[in-house]
Amino acid sequence: MKVHAPATVNEACEMLARAAAEGRTLRPLAGGTDLLVHWPSKSAAHEGEYLDLSGVSELRPLVWRDDALVLGALTTYWDVVREARVAAELPLLNAAARQVGAVQIQSRGTWAGNIANASPAADGVPVLMAYDAGVALRSSGGERVVPLSAFYTGYRASVRRPDELITAIEVPIRSRDVAVFHKVGPRRAQAITKIGVAITRLAGSGADRWRIVANSVAPTVVRCREVERLLDSGARITSAGGFMPALQADISPIDDIRSTAAYRRTVMGRLLYHSLLGACSSVV
Amino acid sequence: MLPMHRLEGLAKLTGAERYLDDEPIPGCLWGMTVRSPVSRGRITAVKFDPAIDWSSFIVVDHRDIPGPNETYLIENDQPVLAAGCVRHVHEPVVLIAHEDRRLLRRAVAGVKVEVDPEPPVLDYRVPPRAEQVQRGSDNTIKSLRIAKGDVERALASAARVIEGEYQTGAQEHIYIEPNAMAAWVEGDVVVVRGSMQCPYYVLNALKHALGRDERRVRVIQAPTGGGFGGKEDYPSTLAMHAALLSLKAGGRPVKIVYDRDEDMAATTKRHPSRVRHTTGVDADGRLTAMKIDVLLDGGAYVTLSPVVLSRGIIHACGPYFCPNVLVEGRVVLSNSVPYGAFRGFGAPQTQFACERHMDRVAGAIGMDPVAFRKLNLLRDGQTTATGQTIGGISGGTDRVALLDRALKLGAWEERREEAAAFNLTHPYLRRGVGVSCVWHGAGFTGNGEVYLDSKVQVAGLADGRIEVRAASTEMGQGTSTVFAQIAAAAAGYDAGEIVVATPDTAVVPNSGPTVASRTVMVVGRLIEKACGELKQKLGTRGSGLGVGGLNGDSLRRAIVEWHARNPGREPAATATFEPPPGVKFDDERYVGDAYATYAWGACVAHVEVDLRTCAARVLDFASVQDIGRVINPVLAKGQVQGGVVQAIGWALLEECRFRDGAMVNNQLTNYIIPTADDVPPIEVEFVEVPYAHGGGGAKGVGELPMDGPAPAVLNAIADAMGREVGADPMTIPMTPERLMTLVEAAEGAHGV
Repeated sequence: MKVHAPATVNEACEMLARAAAEGRTLRPLAGGTDLLVHWPSKSAAHEGEYLDLSGVSELRPLVWRDDALVLGALTTYWDVVREARVAAELPLLNAAARQVGAVQIQSRGTWAGNIANASPAADGVPVLMAYDAGVALRSSGGERVVPLSAFYTGYRASVRRPDELITAIEVPIRSRDVAVFHKVGPRRAQAITKIGVAITRLAGSGADRWRIVANSVAPTVVRCREVERLLDSGARITSAGGFMPALQADISPIDDIRSTAAYRRTVMGRLLYHSLLGACSSVV
Repeated sequence: MLPMHRLEGLAKLTGAERYLDDEPIPGCLWGMTVRSPVSRGRITAVKFDPAIDWSSFIVVDHRDIPGPNETYLIENDQPVLAAGCVRHVHEPVVLIAHEDRRLLRRAVAGVKVEVDPEPPVLDYRVPPRAEQVQRGSDNTIKSLRIAKGDVERALASAARVIEGEYQTGAQEHIYIEPNAMAAWVEGDVVVVRGSMQCPYYVLNALKHALGRDERRVRVIQAPTGGGFGGKEDYPSTLAMHAALLSLKAGGRPVKIVYDRDEDMAATTKRHPSRVRHTTGVDADGRLTAMKIDVLLDGGAYVTLSPVVLSRGIIHACGPYFCPNVLVEGRVVLSNSVPYGAFRGFGAPQTQFACERHMDRVAGAIGMDPVAFRKLNLLRDGQTTATGQTIGGISGGTDRVALLDRALKLGAWEERREEAAAFNLTHPYLRRGVGVSCVWHGAGFTGNGEVYLDSKVQVAGLADGRIEVRAASTEMGQGTSTVFAQIAAAAAGYDAGEIVVATPDTAVVPNSGPTVASRTVMVVGRLIEKACGELKQKLGTRGSGLGVGGLNGDSLRRAIVEWHARNPGREPAATATFEPPPGVKFDDERYVGDAYATYAWGACVAHVEVDLRTCAARVLDFASVQDIGRVINPVLAKGQVQGGVVQAIGWALLEECRFRDGAMVNNQLTNYIIPTADDVPPIEVEFVEVPYAHGGGGAKGVGELPMDGPAPAVLNAIADAMGREVGADPMTIPMTPERLMTLVEAAEGAHGV
């Protein structure tokens, strides 16, 4: 294992650019929690080059702008838990952070790392996506911001180029009248998600207000756009089964070591129905 | 006796305790294991990657074993290292040692065991095809039978006959410390030190496979981070492996510490079971016939399966009286990791079936489950399935009163009423209550304790303190503390003046294995006897005081004076087990006193099921147990609470998932044990009916706590779901996925 330790974002980007040019894989490393969980059983598979970001202090801060919360790439779940304003203005971030692993993991694991690791079971991603977060990607050539909902291209695959570094996550602050996060794990704490859903609705009237984001039910964390369209259309849903036709188009769960496709599909419908029953009686 | 803190508690609490992996051993090599990639077949080649310089590694295979290539236990059918064929995935084939753990990992990956596969048995419930038979005519490891009365006639004349089939899955022990062992050679003596429950089992295994007598083998227990049965027989394998590597390395120390994933994949687990009940009751609801068929999955080798089956069938009828009983038990071979000892040793499996079945029988005849149990619970003077009359030294417990106390502690009536009201109004949560009554025979079954011939020595030290020498191990359950308490009480000392020797076969006599809830009851009693003998010796030969007259200060003085008169020697006394008078068991016919006495328990579970996810959560749990005299209330309560947690995990969460005979969720991320948030408040009370032949009046406490919770929880789920949904869970773990399947089968797919 080879570890590179840049001091600045520029230096990190140069290292990534050089590695990309030479065809080497250089993986950015923040909290390391996704790496350590496989140690030592998969240590051979993890042999390789890492870009240790822990010394890049520019990536650390959590900053409030007028229109957005900006999470630097080294912002941990615990940083968010400790930020009282998050619970008031973006409560789902707080709710999700508290359900990631245990406090030890929450205080090391980062939101950006969770995005980059690209697991379909990522706990931090659904709530960010439901808040219309954008991912700031920096390379030696410049910076771009990609909507998180357009970030993933397939299982463990994203639009991030090998020479790009996630430097921040921008979470726009907008008024929402529905905000629900529900994680179903195989036990009540310290568990990997079997089915998860984050639900938000922009306040006011107009189209495109709903965000329904699910994890562990598709190759990536997914926006359930058919369900969103159904809800945006103003349809009244009277049972969990009422969501199933739209959900069938949005999600593609599988049988795996943690659950079954049938279970995931059924529970997702019930979670949507009961979450909306609790949060928004105008729909169900 | 006053409650006393655990002697080793502070070291464990502060992290000062050093487990084998924490302890640097100068010049130590690390050992690792190359394992079978398939579940059954003939080894055609073992290929070593030519890119690796093997000259720097110590490599051992079956040809390096000085004695027979056999693991010494009930039958010696399990090889130390596979020779010619393999019977389960992860079976050890080659051992490798090196100073550098990283290079060692790579080297292990550089050895390919090539196997010509043969058809494995991957489902123990399916009768084997001819090409799958690997033992006898049908892979049976052991069959056992208990018969009393005439069950067929009783079934034919019963008012009602109720049947049921119940299944339980494999369970991992999840001791905090994975298996670990070190070996080296001192002079001509092979010394092993490591994590273990039974030093003399390890000694016997080493003697056999290394072809050495006990003077050339020494076994020392290291601080042990939990066992639960998982370190009953398996450490023998590690010890032999470490010793073989050390011998080949010229006596250099070799340490083998399993990674968690290796420990989970390659070591023993609780036997999966399928139990079928056919039960007859008369018009009043009295049990008239219990016909029980017990099938256990033994895995690839015999190991301890015959005795697990034995304990399983003896407990299969629960703590009930029934005049006509037929229990037929069979444990069969399959091509999985050998199943082994796990807290309860077969009794949790059969009592899960029995207690779930009792609820279903009560339901079928329209009786309240509590009233049905009270009607049928054993009374003193009645007989068990083996014809043992409960009474005398096994009697004195009012099992109906014990159940009443558990119902009160678990607020049975109140919660039942609350649940009924709650379930009418809540959109998706359903609550229920469940009860179970259990028993557990403490100590080895039948004449087992006689065969063990256990011994304990106590010695007076030069400073007047007393040392207790026993092979019984401290592994987190409190042996050292309770031994100190028992010896102190017998000697008139403070517990702080008792030294409990580290189990080391060069120092301590064989007090038997640390298993079967026998340590306090059987070995504790030997400590009392040995202390009595020591007093007697010193009293008659020493200070002129009469027999038994020495106690406390006078005993201390007598010991100090003895040392002054006999420099270089020590006063010591040894006690040997003698069975209580009148206890008789026929090992062939399974008739008689299966255990000298029994511990009794009753549990109440209060459960909530979320109909959205079908996840069940235990809200409250109450357990009342008669374990004889309680020696240390804090430790005893801890044993019960720990057992409840382990049993809730077994009932709801813990599932070993296998693919082609290999455990695939051999990581704590995917093998789900309860967290603090998954565990309810656990109320514990004791009923103390002292046992005249137990240390301090104690019966066993180690295993009984594992017997009752799973059926109580499942009965509560059935109660929560039954009336409305009709789901009748009969399998554990009752995962949400499994419960949803049951619900959908009961009602047809439906939205809630």
